Amino acid sequence: MAAVEPPLTLRGDARVRRRRIVNRLAEAGATIAALAAVAVLGIVVWSIAKRGGSELSWGFLTKDLPLFGQPGGGIAPLLVGSALLVGIATAIALPVGVLIAVFLEEFASPAVRAPIQLSVDLLNGLPSIIIGVFVFGLLVYGHPQNGWAGSVGLAIVMLPLVTRATQEVLRLVPSSHREGALALGASRWRTVLGITLPSAFGGILTGTVLAVARAAGETAPLLFATSIFGRTINWNPGQALPNLPVQIFIWSESAEPEDHKRAWASALVLLIFVLVTSLTARLALARSRRKLNR
Amino acid sequence: MSEMVTMRPMRPVDVAAPREAESQTRETVFDIHALQASYGSNIAIKDVDLEIYRNLITAVIGPSGCGKSTFIRCLNRMNDEVPSFRHEGEILYHGVDLYGDGVEPVEVRRRIGMVFQKANPFPKTIYDNVAWAPRVLGLKKDLDDRVEKALQSAALWDEVKDRLKRSALSLSGGQQQRLCIARAIAIEPEVLLLDEPASALDPIATQRIEELMRELKRDYTIVIVTHNMQQAARVADRTAFFSLDAGESGRHGVLVEYDETPKIFTAPSDKRTEDYVTGRFG
Repeated sequence: MAAVEPPLTLRGDARVRRRRIVNRLAEAGATIAALAAVAVLGIVVWSIAKRGGSELSWGFLTKDLPLFGQPGGGIAPLLVGSALLVGIATAIALPVGVLIAVFLEEFASPAVRAPIQLSVDLLNGLPSIIIGVFVFGLLVYGHPQNGWAGSVGLAIVMLPLVTRATQEVLRLVPSSHREGALALGASRWRTVLGITLPSAFGGILTGTVLAVARAAGETAPLLFATSIFGRTINWNPGQALPNLPVQIFIWSESAEPEDHKRAWASALVLLIFVLVTSLTARLALARSRRKLNR
Repeated sequence: MSEMVTMRPMRPVDVAAPREAESQTRETVFDIHALQASYGSNIAIKDVDLEIYRNLITAVIGPSGCGKSTFIRCLNRMNDEVPSFRHEGEILYHGVDLYGDGVEPVEVRRRIGMVFQKANPFPKTIYDNVAWAPRVLGLKKDLDDRVEKALQSAALWDEVKDRLKRSALSLSGGQQQRLCIARAIAIEPEVLLLDEPASALDPIATQRIEELMRELKRDYTIVIVTHNMQQAARVADRTAFFSLDAGESGRHGVLVEYDETPKIFTAPSDKRTEDYVTGRFG
């Protein structure tokens, strides 16, 4: 019975130890990289908050832009203008983006789908300065600067984001729902309208909010379209609209230390807006996913 | 295959052993000739000939992969949704070719309802699940009555009448499946196609669905796909047995035998049917 066996050892030889060290190193590298991402965001938020925080006040948010070289003033026209620009851009990008997504996910044959999907993805990667130049050439050149053109530029930025987000949630809608609707004698479009889109509503909303957050901070598409504006609140998109990103750019280029402070404070306002909207959108998305998967 | 050849000319009048109600002449709802259905180059079913009669329950049984679902999905053109689907042969519905020129799948499905293997209520309220299709199809008059009638026909009304505004997803599996049946009959189709409607349900819920089918038979023509032979034996008037045949182009489903249910289960004329129903294979 007592066969001669070497004593059991689980300690491992040199090779096993070396593998363990390599494993540790790789793990540590990946952890550091992940922490770096958090750190970068943290440093950006912290430094902007530190420099812009002191300037921030109710007056800063509600007053007109300062006169050249004068102290005081505020960013109310920038907030109104940015809201208008992004609002119009959303009104353009949301329906078009949702329809593109519906086409790609519900109607397109695979052969048609591939090139359109590629275009959407390429549009997503398009440098925003190119969008700015394009919009300038198409809508501004030969006219005065105007808010419409800026909105179109922002809409181009938003379009692929809305499309992508909508596609993602449409894919989450169980195909059994579509089947059920079609089996009841509903047309494809009625099925999309009555069954698929309502299920995807939460995700579409979230995707749109994320796109809004992204568009609110885009500078390049506005640079040639709506960068020469007055210092008071303007509700007319037929004229150039004051807006946050471009004004931050202008102030940061200025020689005045006052302007630098205003740039930091405006940057903080923009940052808070983007962070808050992105976070709420992501929370809402997680919730609507859970609802769909249940 | 030879059984089918002898089957083809068989008409209601020359049924060998007349049994109670079925001795009368029956109205043919579906008349299927040489049906072949394929997905891409894959033939799913081949040479299917059969007639489906009005106000009867016709069961389609057979081993997995024999094309039962493909067959039933041809009957309301649900296969149209699969891009690679092709068919040959013809399916006459009251003499009209279902795949003929100008036939709208939407019109077909409105008359030929379908209930799926897995209950698929919409993520809406119980009421809206039933009311959705009538609304879409413009049957908005007396919608409340229509919904109530459909739910009563599906033997669900008493269980849900106090919570019509609750989500359909709050119902149990068996209730959800009956809701799907209610949803299908709310638009007053003539035929109900049931694709393994009870395979995901427990025995008690299954029994309720089977009782329901016997009730519904008075108003509807029912075709049910099931891999549960006992279920076919319990509910069906006629049973079609599909099996797999290995041809030169690969394996495909064929209709082996189609007859009165008792005959299929007690005195099948094909060896393959006998092997299957006695549990020797499948």
